[in-house]
Amino acid sequence: MEITFREVMTIVHGMLFGALLLLSFAGAAIGLYAISASTNSWTPSRGQRNFFSVYLAIMALLAWAAVLLGAYAIYPWYRAHPPAGTLDLSGFPQRLLLSKTSTAGWHDIGMEWKEHIAWLAPISLTAVAYMFAHYGTDLRFHKPLRNAVFALLVLGFIAASVAGFFGAMLNKFAPVRGGPNVVIMQETHER
Amino acid sequence: MSDSSAPKLVSGPGAAAVLAAAIGGFALGVLALAADAISPLARMLNFWNPTGPLSGVTDVAITVWFASWFALSRRWVERNPNLQRVNLAAALLLVGGLLLTFPPFMDLLQGK
Repeated sequence: MEITFREVMTIVHGMLFGALLLLSFAGAAIGLYAISASTNSWTPSRGQRNFFSVYLAIMALLAWAAVLLGAYAIYPWYRAHPPAGTLDLSGFPQRLLLSKTSTAGWHDIGMEWKEHIAWLAPISLTAVAYMFAHYGTDLRFHKPLRNAVFALLVLGFIAASVAGFFGAMLNKFAPVRGGPNVVIMQETHER
Repeated sequence: MSDSSAPKLVSGPGAAAVLAAAIGGFALGVLALAADAISPLARMLNFWNPTGPLSGVTDVAITVWFASWFALSRRWVERNPNLQRVNLAAALLLVGGLLLTFPPFMDLLQGK
């Protein structure tokens, strides 16, 4: 069972950093609501507060890791230009998508949107992590700040969801492949 | 929540983080549109050839975000700016930034 190096990097980008980030939004939303809701709020211990602060910081780091790996490792492979006369475009995903009208939209709308909107996730989540680290449970006393934190969390979720959705779809129609093969598991196959 | 036990909070640092994130998001949208519409600008934003103009668009937007956060934090470090206005401005900037990254909206603005 083998996989190419570029596919490994795509998996790390989308399924490790991206998917883990998307999963973590539920915990962040529930935690923030429980801690900072203005009525009947949960008062965490110092350790619990620190844990949640680290949790939000890790979310921001996951978002940064996903966009940086995507923009500076995977995107160059995606947008690589084939040499003149290349007929097999499977190693050039952007060109492969643009070669058919039925798939061109996945680049023109999908990738063009994903490559920009994704950056709103680390920006907004860094602000969320900072605000919780700075104000902590005192956010419950300050409704406008609390609303801003929730709005930034929702924005981060929207940005990560759009990027994740189009990333998955682009990988279905024009996967980024290539580089040395990585053996995941050796198996002996008897016929 | 009006609570007599509520601690005195200085809202300036939080307001600075919110408004700076919105400024960074809006800068991202404006730069994405500008790079799409103006070829010479796209070439200028091509900071790293393998990634193309996206490298400059995102690097400049992040620089704008950090610079505005730094400046607003210094200005509001011990102040309590009007948070309703800050949140409204941030919401408008973020909606603008979101729209400007959406390719059909970019095309609409360029008359494509």
